[in-house]
Amino acid sequence: MDNIAGTKSSLTWAVNISVVVLVVLWLFPTLGLLISSFRTADQIATSGWWKAMFPSEQNLVLRTGDPDDERVERDGVFVVEGNLFATGSEAEISVWGTSSREISAYEAGETADLGDGETMTVESNGDYVWTGDAEQLTGRGQRIFATAVTPPEFTLDNYKTVLFSGSPTDNMARAFFNTLTVTIPATIIPIVVAAFAAYALAWMDFRGRALLIAVIVGLLVVPLQLALIPLLKLHLGIGIGKGYLGVWLAHTGFGLPLAIYLLRNYMVGLPRDIIENAKVDGATDFQIFTKIILPLSFPALASFAIFQFLWTWNDLLVAKVFLIDASGETTVMTNQIVELLGTRGGNWEILATAAFVSISVPLIVFFAMQKYLVRGLLAGSVK
Amino acid sequence: MNPALQGLMTIVLGVGGCLAYFWLSNQVLDKVIFPARGKNIGKNINRANLIRPWLFLFPALFALGLYLAYPVVETLRLSVTERVPVPGGGGAFTYEFVGVDNYAKMMDEPKFWEAVRNNFLWLLVVPAMSTVFGLLVAQLTDRLKWGSVAKSMIFMPMAISFVGAAVIWKLVYDFRPIDQEQIGILNAIVVSLGGEPHTWLTTPFWNNFFLMIVLVWIQTGFAMVILSAALRGIPEETIEAAIVDGANPFQIFFKIKIPQIAGTIVVVWTTITLTVLKIFDIVFAMTNGQWETQVLANYMYDKLFRAGDWGIGSASAMVIMLLVLPILVWNVRTARREMR
Repeated sequence: MDNIAGTKSSLTWAVNISVVVLVVLWLFPTLGLLISSFRTADQIATSGWWKAMFPSEQNLVLRTGDPDDERVERDGVFVVEGNLFATGSEAEISVWGTSSREISAYEAGETADLGDGETMTVESNGDYVWTGDAEQLTGRGQRIFATAVTPPEFTLDNYKTVLFSGSPTDNMARAFFNTLTVTIPATIIPIVVAAFAAYALAWMDFRGRALLIAVIVGLLVVPLQLALIPLLKLHLGIGIGKGYLGVWLAHTGFGLPLAIYLLRNYMVGLPRDIIENAKVDGATDFQIFTKIILPLSFPALASFAIFQFLWTWNDLLVAKVFLIDASGETTVMTNQIVELLGTRGGNWEILATAAFVSISVPLIVFFAMQKYLVRGLLAGSVK
Repeated sequence: MNPALQGLMTIVLGVGGCLAYFWLSNQVLDKVIFPARGKNIGKNINRANLIRPWLFLFPALFALGLYLAYPVVETLRLSVTERVPVPGGGGAFTYEFVGVDNYAKMMDEPKFWEAVRNNFLWLLVVPAMSTVFGLLVAQLTDRLKWGSVAKSMIFMPMAISFVGAAVIWKLVYDFRPIDQEQIGILNAIVVSLGGEPHTWLTTPFWNNFFLMIVLVWIQTGFAMVILSAALRGIPEETIEAAIVDGANPFQIFFKIKIPQIAGTIVVVWTTITLTVLKIFDIVFAMTNGQWETQVLANYMYDKLFRAGDWGIGSASAMVIMLLVLPILVWNVRTARREMR
């Protein structure tokens, strides 16, 4: 508000700070999902994603090597040596213990007396030395309760699971291509059909034109819930059944009112001179439409294409009703995520990754073509 | 056939078919039926021009009629019939007229009234909150240097599917028992302030609001974009005059700006209201209508596809249509007024 005379700088500060707060509020939920998708299941379960950026202190339960396999005799005592962590871990142990009741009994590097000459030494990097007689060093490995600081760690394993693994429930690759198969024809076909109709409504004179426009404005808001049963009945009746053709037709039908409305509003605004000059020069309506109107209407076509793309990509209901049959072969990503929510509601690493794969494409489209989306929104809301 | 190939063929056939239809039908009209030659040349051109608009309109009108207009009538018919399997008919059904029975049965169900109550709650809260937040962001970022970046961030959820948003917010609302570390940020904040963690989504009544937040989060961006453009469209002179008269920024906002964009606020409000009336995915994915969070669209889906009751399902769809009707009429009236 720098054009307001005498604006206090405190107000500018307040504005800046409140916008920062709002933006952070709006970004945080998505950021949480994004970060979680790069963490292991253990990490997600033991600490909040907002701690992922910092070294975290965790209470770990570790186990030494199996004494029956790994013990060696040295100077009359048996010794098991090794490292508690998997190779490559950069965790640092601060305190540890051998009982779940005293998990911080010893400092790192200290040697614990476990009674009757049995000892245990754990270094901060996880190296341990366990000594005792033959009877003490048998059975399973000794449990070590350690408090360790682990550096931030990220993994791409979740994306491997979701994109390339053979798991039928977790792998989203097929659903990804199914979604693409639904989306592209369902975006292109309504544009072609609507463009011709919009031209007629914008530039041709005929009786009932105003009425037709009113009808289209009315159809703009008809809830598609009404269409589900009658159209499913129709599709089953004429043999289309559930499948791609049905879902393409349905999306085309549902997208048409907005397409016609947006395109007509845009075409009406094109300069009348160009069209009349072309008519004088003997161009037919068909030529005017394909050679002049279509190229000039590109911004409006792009706006609608983005709308329709986002809508069909993100749709769940239409796909569930018209596409996905009992075999589940043609499942789309939104549907698979809902199923994952049901069966693997606690497996955040898979859920977060699957969801992020599904929202990444619309996000790319969104950021690349935001200008057209904004323009379409402004033209599309009935004023 | 490979679905991708099938998709490609559909694009080619669909687009090619459309273009071929338009071109051929125009050719037939101009060359065969009313040729622009001979002694009736003037009359023929006029006649052809009378018919041509309908050639351009036909595919769209056919699809609109079949996919939007016919279903309204058919749903109305189904809502007053009951689907009865034909004995020995091998999965065939007959539809018996039952009058308002379906509506009566629906009104006897507590779950229906729960859905109606929740839908009205959604209608009260979501459009209001989204519009207020949208207006707030639009105004705050109006003269900000990094305003467009901020707006872009708040607009972003518009691109995210309702299902994706459901997953995002389920992580926010995640609950762990008090002795464990909270991984949902909301409970983590509550615990760090000394409170007890809550299962936000299964606590009746209040859980509705936690679902609504998801839609507010998505729709605020929409409201912001439209209202931001409206704010930019306000004539500078009105604001300058107010400054000269000694108005403070708050007076300018509430007394000068808001009245001038009132029309746009109504448009934003009604558009979000339409979205709310049809809200399905968020509830379906997050609670599926359990714990008293049912809404009409999900109730309808339950009836149609889980209970297989087309009568009551259609009746509830008609209820949604009835709620949309006032907005439909209003939109048509404004559109017609603008055409004149």
